[in-house]
Amino acid sequence: MKHEHNKPLHRYGMVIDLDKCTGCGTCVVACASENNVSVRPDESDKKRFISWMQLYMITNGKEYPYTEVCYIPRPCMHCEEDGHGNPHPPCVSVCVATATRVDINTGIVSQIPTRCIGCRYCQAACPYHARYFNWWDAYFPKGKGLERYLSPEVSVRMRGVVEKCTFCHHRYMRAKRKAEAEGRRELKEEEYITACTEACPAGAITFGDLNNPKHKVSQLIKSDRAFRLLERLNTKPKVYYLSSKEWVRRMADNYLPEELKPVKPLALRR
Amino acid sequence: MDSVLIPEGVSRCSAKKFFLWTLPWILILIWGAVSAVLCLWKALNQTNMSNIFAFALWIVFDLGLIALGAGAFFTGFLTYIIGKKELKDIINAAVIIGFICYSGAMAILGIDIGQPLRGWFIFWHANIHSMLVEVSFCITCYLMILTIEFLPIILENNKLEEIKPARLFGKNLHSIMAIFAATGTFLSFFHQGSLGGMFGVMYARPFAARGGFYIWPWTFFLFILSAIATGPCFTILIVRITEKLTKKKLVPDRAIQFLAKLSGILLSIYIVLKITDTVSWICTEAHKAGLTFMDFYKEGPYGIWLPITEIGICGIIPAILLVVPKFRKDPKWLTIACILNCIGIVLNRFSFIIVTLAIPVLPFERFWSYLPTWQEWGIALASIAYGVLIFSLAYRYLPVFPKEKELNPIS
Repeated sequence: MKHEHNKPLHRYGMVIDLDKCTGCGTCVVACASENNVSVRPDESDKKRFISWMQLYMITNGKEYPYTEVCYIPRPCMHCEEDGHGNPHPPCVSVCVATATRVDINTGIVSQIPTRCIGCRYCQAACPYHARYFNWWDAYFPKGKGLERYLSPEVSVRMRGVVEKCTFCHHRYMRAKRKAEAEGRRELKEEEYITACTEACPAGAITFGDLNNPKHKVSQLIKSDRAFRLLERLNTKPKVYYLSSKEWVRRMADNYLPEELKPVKPLALRR
Repeated sequence: MDSVLIPEGVSRCSAKKFFLWTLPWILILIWGAVSAVLCLWKALNQTNMSNIFAFALWIVFDLGLIALGAGAFFTGFLTYIIGKKELKDIINAAVIIGFICYSGAMAILGIDIGQPLRGWFIFWHANIHSMLVEVSFCITCYLMILTIEFLPIILENNKLEEIKPARLFGKNLHSIMAIFAATGTFLSFFHQGSLGGMFGVMYARPFAARGGFYIWPWTFFLFILSAIATGPCFTILIVRITEKLTKKKLVPDRAIQFLAKLSGILLSIYIVLKITDTVSWICTEAHKAGLTFMDFYKEGPYGIWLPITEIGICGIIPAILLVVPKFRKDPKWLTIACILNCIGIVLNRFSFIIVTLAIPVLPFERFWSYLPTWQEWGIALASIAYGVLIFSLAYRYLPVFPKEKELNPIS
């Protein structure tokens, strides 16, 4: 069943240039710090850790000296459709308690931790593994000063609820308040950007309104290098990637044997 | 010691023997209780569930129990709505099994959700687009119906019958049971279907995603059909086990044979549709996602053996055994068919839950394994122990099988 739906006025999205990304992980740290992401004493449990911005390392599977490496930072994709033509992400329609919603003004997929009952159906529905469950109580090492650096703008999540990247929604609210105080209705491009965008030392991440032709993101997504993850599923992510390497673009989706000769995947989570 | 509670005209083992029988099940229940306390107190890190395996052993048990418990509503429907009188000899057992399965599943769900105290948010902040909301509403209402259906059986206990208001209440409930049976059938159709729909609507998970009719994916209809094809077989299986343990004939053959034949026909239709659905899924949803059939069965232990066992060994074979009168009338073949049928449906639910999550969709995501912890096994097995205990108590103290006296006269 296909629906035609009115797109939101703004569609905030992200473009990550994988040709520029060095895999330094600054975006991961900036995101965690900005959003009060809890840590574990042992972060090696990659099945149960929390990292709203997750960094993948992929290689072209070739032997030295032909080996090539690429890093893929993966925030929440803030999908526009569920893969069946319905105008909501796969995670939103399944949520039992309406704890995750799409903001009709921005296209941002929000998460309401205080309403989440922790059934984890949204996690099951998300093919990008962008949703994280709090398997433990929130933990910030005592006596190391970390608790003093917690942001007052973002609630610390309790155990038993799901959390995910919100495109630093609190920054959007902050920018909006400022604009309203100054009597403006529209935000300037640089006024609202995510923490990962701000922190990336290589300038690989660009953030902005995909609907606004003046914003850089809306121009970048028209590039020949642009692609999205798992585009065939038709979830219409608002996170785009840029890569000049064909093998990288090919690794972003699944292909039938007759369509493309697959490159042997080798991935490590960081 | 407890002879005053035992129904008149039937023989039961001694209280001591009965206590020894319940002892191992009580121990498993204690294991489950310890696990539950740990999970509620220390959170779900006590399990091996993860961000990859968001659903795991408990949900497999939940869906398995709910599917196997479908015998209650279906037998109720046939007895009270269609008017199959021979099923009155087995309806009590079917209702009790249904009650056990649904209450057990609800108890597991209460521990499975990360914030059990917020369980009521499902009703308060209901997202009407979510299949899980439909499941939750229907299961909760249906459990109430099952409790109402179970109540008259409890009130038929020797001692309770002496209380006049209780006796009258029980008799009155009996007379309006058709209303509850009809409501239960309506609710069950929807939640069995919605459980299937839950997976079919995961459109971004190519293993589970299905096309469908209007808002219902094909899994919606397949889950209903598979549940009503297997539920009666599970009821037969439990009756057979009870007969074996008590060394008594408890239900006349005509009731068993009727249910077995109906199961066979429904299972045959289901298997044809399941094969059609699988072929159609390979050619449409999986193909569209750029994946071949074998891409789903190459990781870890989740190999091609799964669909072969589910559809072939535990689908086609029991369907043949149940449809052909020669096999169906042979108690051994009937028992084998019922066991295979039940395994098949649990494997089906297992595949939809575990394989859907285990197979990475992102080409560069690695495969992660999952093995349940002792706490997960504790809670899962406690649901079985709870069922055995309730059924044992019901058999001992309540007139579960109306024809028991007639079939086993005390000399």
